[in-house]
Amino acid sequence: MTDFIIAVLSTIGAVAILIAAIGIIRMPDFYLRLSVTVKAATLGSGLLLFGLAIFFPQVSVTTKALAIGFFLLLTAPVAAHMIGRTAYFIGTALWKGTIRDDLEGMYDKQNHRLRNGDQQAREEAAKEQLNKKQ
Amino acid sequence: MSLSLYIDYIILPILAVSSLLAFIRLFKGPTIVDRVIALDLLITIGVSIITAYSISTQQSTFMDVAMILALIAFLSTIAFSYYLEKKEQND
Repeated sequence: MTDFIIAVLSTIGAVAILIAAIGIIRMPDFYLRLSVTVKAATLGSGLLLFGLAIFFPQVSVTTKALAIGFFLLLTAPVAAHMIGRTAYFIGTALWKGTIRDDLEGMYDKQNHRLRNGDQQAREEAAKEQLNKKQ
Repeated sequence: MSLSLYIDYIILPILAVSSLLAFIRLFKGPTIVDRVIALDLLITIGVSIITAYSISTQQSTFMDVAMILALIAFLSTIAFSYYLEKKEQND
């Protein structure tokens, strides 16, 4: 019975990682690839580690597996956010089917701080862009 | 079919094919940030392969390697993004 549960969990985990790998090849843009990779790979790894935690009867192994899963769950979104923010500053191109860029003009060029997104800030950013173009 | 045979013949080949696909993105990726996330995916697939192999051979001592690899993946992504941003700010 335990073997069957572990087989099912590993299969779902391995298929999730396969979907992440297919997604990183097929997606047309960096930001889409980042999204697919981080979510699906974290899910697949977490399920496989959970299967290992069930399989071994010792407490030390279960703790180790759950600790790795917890660490991956905490740090994968943080790393993805940082690399996405850096890619936006470098000027990575968005996919040509993107309708509009919400973050345009909201970042300060010198110290890379984000203005808050209420209506006044948007109007100021739009005015600055018009002044720059003229 | 026992669990060890099932993992050896079905789960590990799926993970191996996934790592090959991640390598393709690592070679192709037109920008540098594509390569950074392909490396992160490769290391996460490495953690999964170690986990599946550890269930298959019923030895639990491989999980120390998996823990260190997970730490290294996170730190390398953070280091890349920090230095790329500093380079952009200095230019």
